[in-house]
Amino acid sequence: MSRYISFRDFDWLLFIFVLLLCGLGVLEIRSATAHTKFAGAHIKQLYWISGGIAGMFLMSFINYQKLLDGVHWMYIASIASLMTVLIFGQKYLGARRWIKMPGGGHFQPSEWVKLILILAVAKYFADLHQRELSWPDFIKAGAIVGIPMLLVLAQPDLGTALTYIPIAVMGLFLGGVRWKQALTVVVLAGLMMPLAFHVLKPYQRERLTSFMQPEADSQGSGYQVIQSLIAVGSGGLWGSSAGSQTHLAFLPVPQTDFIFAAFAEEHGFVGALTVMLLYFIVLMRLTQNAQTAPDRAGTFVVMGVVAVLSFHILVNVGMVVGFMPVTGIPLPLMSYGGSSVLFMFLALGIVMNVRMRRFVN
Amino acid sequence: MFGRDEKVSPVRLTAVQYMILAIFMFLAYGLWQLQVMQSDKYASLAEKNRIRNVPILAPRGKILDREGRTIVENYPSFTALLLRDSSRDLFADAGLIAQGLHLDAKEVRDRIRHFASMPQYQPIFLKDDITQDELAFVESHRNELPELDTIVAHRRLYPRNGFMAHLIGYVGEVSEEMLNQPRWEFYNPGDVVGKSGVELQYNQILMGKNGSRRAMVNSRGREVKRLDETPAEAGKQLKLTVDLDLQIAAEQALGDKNGAIVAMDPRNGEILAMVSRPTFNPNDFAVRVSRNQWSKLVNDDDHPLLNKAIQAQLAPGSTFKIIMATAGLQEGIAQEMHVICNGGGVFYGRYFKCWVTAEHRTHGAVEISKAIYQSCDVFFYTLAEKLGIDRIAKYATLFGLGQRTGIDLPQEVSGVMPSEEWKVRNFKQKWYAGETISVGIGQGAVAVTPMQLARAIGAIASGGLLVRPHVTNPAELPANVIPATDTPSQVKIPIDPANWEIITDAMSNVPTPMGTAGSAHLQGIDFAGKTGSSQTVSNALKAKTANGKSKYKDNAWFVGVTPRRNPEIVVAVLFEGGEHGQFAARIAAQVVKAYVEKQRRQPTKVAQGSKKVEIGAVWNSASPDGTEQDTLHGGRFLVDVPKKRVPLAAAAPGVQ
Repeated sequence: MSRYISFRDFDWLLFIFVLLLCGLGVLEIRSATAHTKFAGAHIKQLYWISGGIAGMFLMSFINYQKLLDGVHWMYIASIASLMTVLIFGQKYLGARRWIKMPGGGHFQPSEWVKLILILAVAKYFADLHQRELSWPDFIKAGAIVGIPMLLVLAQPDLGTALTYIPIAVMGLFLGGVRWKQALTVVVLAGLMMPLAFHVLKPYQRERLTSFMQPEADSQGSGYQVIQSLIAVGSGGLWGSSAGSQTHLAFLPVPQTDFIFAAFAEEHGFVGALTVMLLYFIVLMRLTQNAQTAPDRAGTFVVMGVVAVLSFHILVNVGMVVGFMPVTGIPLPLMSYGGSSVLFMFLALGIVMNVRMRRFVN
Repeated sequence: MFGRDEKVSPVRLTAVQYMILAIFMFLAYGLWQLQVMQSDKYASLAEKNRIRNVPILAPRGKILDREGRTIVENYPSFTALLLRDSSRDLFADAGLIAQGLHLDAKEVRDRIRHFASMPQYQPIFLKDDITQDELAFVESHRNELPELDTIVAHRRLYPRNGFMAHLIGYVGEVSEEMLNQPRWEFYNPGDVVGKSGVELQYNQILMGKNGSRRAMVNSRGREVKRLDETPAEAGKQLKLTVDLDLQIAAEQALGDKNGAIVAMDPRNGEILAMVSRPTFNPNDFAVRVSRNQWSKLVNDDDHPLLNKAIQAQLAPGSTFKIIMATAGLQEGIAQEMHVICNGGGVFYGRYFKCWVTAEHRTHGAVEISKAIYQSCDVFFYTLAEKLGIDRIAKYATLFGLGQRTGIDLPQEVSGVMPSEEWKVRNFKQKWYAGETISVGIGQGAVAVTPMQLARAIGAIASGGLLVRPHVTNPAELPANVIPATDTPSQVKIPIDPANWEIITDAMSNVPTPMGTAGSAHLQGIDFAGKTGSSQTVSNALKAKTANGKSKYKDNAWFVGVTPRRNPEIVVAVLFEGGEHGQFAARIAAQVVKAYVEKQRRQPTKVAQGSKKVEIGAVWNSASPDGTEQDTLHGGRFLVDVPKKRVPLAAAAPGVQ
């Protein structure tokens, strides 16, 4: 249904907060990479952000309901692309994540798949006819997320595969999952733990064990955790002026996964808490958009984005303060990295999309 | 009805909001713990948090001769480093540093600026090969200048003047292309590896494994606590089959003339000496060689980097007649051949000259023996015509021509042994019978290396025992290092004993007044061999080119053995531009004489020339009052030619 979409309905408030976070990210990247071989990374990040913003605007034009109608094809395409990666993908750092494009770039399907998955889950739950989930519906929902997840796990990319879980959880929770079903999953997951531990690669196992006891391996996997804790801790209340851990490169690659550690060191508790507050505002604003969405599908879509965003923040900041093992999950909007930035802005585009059509009926 | 427009339960949405809040409180708690409650603890950890990792470089294995004498050594050299991981003001200290290390202060500051964009845990290399007092300066200023440190590097010390340079090779930093090859997969950039010769071939043995020393340093760069230390694994030493005394004799015999010498024991293939000229100085490569120097060496027409013993493939000239003779006798043709040499003959419509016309005489009636020791071309033209190229190729190939010998040195070439099939395969043309005639005297398409020649003729003189030459003793090497090769280590080729006698007796007449190398006669030594003189370009071309005659001088060859049958040593000499095989013969005779005299433990006149021999080594010096000093000196020293009965080269005093 087309209607004149006014840009007054565009969520400018959300946009401003998002840009604030991006801006802080760029500044921190610049400061953290100033004397290293990654110097100039912040410029690249700016390019990606601009690209992302453009993508976001584009995304907000397409009626999300049309997207949802076509989600079956997109889902099939995403499964196909994940399989292509497994068969033809380039091995880099021991994992097949990328496909080499004829033009020379690299294409990482798993991020796109996340986006499509949010839409697919939303459509699935929106089309259900009961308040509560029946067992077949429950299993089907599990499969929708489970299949791409397994394909990504096979790459192997544990980190990204894990980010698909919150989409499923959020969908199930809002879609009316029953206690028994939820319990079943938890129990099954618990039983699978030992098996999973076996299947994990050695470096992944090391990450878990060094998470438990970082000092045991202070020069290996525990190293990043310890360095992060020291960096954050030495930031104190207002920040450590020398920013020594970052600037002396004891935090290796500070501009990606550990950007928050670098920020916390430089700006202390006050700075870190401010950033957390900004993220909180963004999440609350998103939830509000979900509540005012014109239909169930819209709500599910926005909440799917909320789920992914919250998960990333929980895992990343958790890792930085030592509550979570090292996983390679970036901090959205602030971590350096094109795929993450693009994904966030496209997801936000869809959210804008939903919001802008909230008066449509 | 519950449909698409039914809203999602607002209760659940609110529940999600509270869950998010809970998550954030949880994370904020974590931050609070680290940054407010335990901030001091982490601040001081940050202070002490630097771990400095300094590599301990492993010394490379020594290279020794067959009697355990040192040929290649290392000498310890100190490099001064500037560490940048402390909060010191390097610019302010630059003046003092420059003074102590005898550098220019401005240059030091420039370097610091130049490196500013690199990670600060990477030190700057200020100066290589620092002297004793510069070392003392660093040590005595540990407190005032904690950012200065030294690291020990081991420099390779090669014999001077390019002695044995091609056989030994040289080392350098592993290049990018090398790293891409599977053989060098596990090496890192910056590793020093062998680049040519034995250094390359046996790099795995010679190269050690670096260790590292880790210490915790504080923000001022002072070592707070020494952590662990992984010691370096020294490289293992390598013993060659080369005899240093013979090598010296060979190097002096060839002197400054261009060419090559190979001396081998034909009973087992052990290489006793190998020389190639012109030579180069491998010590130049120990420090990084400049681009100019490198291009000069590579573009030099005389090819100083080429090991001519195994990499020069040239027409063998009359030395090939020994192969021809073997073929002719084994085929039963040559025994009854009697030819009249009038200075030349017509074959396939062309007139082929015999070299003897240059001396204004002829050979007259010639049979196989005389044909060998007088080197009659006409006889061998005739023999070639009767045998045909394929039968010649068969015997030549049997004795290893046209193939690699399988010696354990890199980049050996295979030479060329033409045949009908060879011509078709490489030139898509038929072999013309006329070409066989030139091959009969070792010209035309046939090309050999001095190594191949030594091996082939050594085999014939040994009654058909073809060995695989080697510069190390496989029995002394671990199994996984022995280079893989298709060549079997020994092959017995059947030669009729009667034929064997004919050939070897004829060869023994060569270095006599009867033969073509009378001036190379060795009194009291059963010396046998064959001369050769090969054209490098055609006569026509020589005539056409200005200075053709002097520019394209013939190469002189000689291959000699002692004793004549089942010899203990075979020496092949290539004397580029030498023109007459005699001159090559004289060179070979010097080497053979040195060998025999060493066997008989006699002092040799060879080394008592005016030249002294310079060898590099490491030794302890004694101070003037006779007490031994604890410092090692590296350098070169001169071997005094002994007048008594001692081996020619002595190991450096104080070195094993």
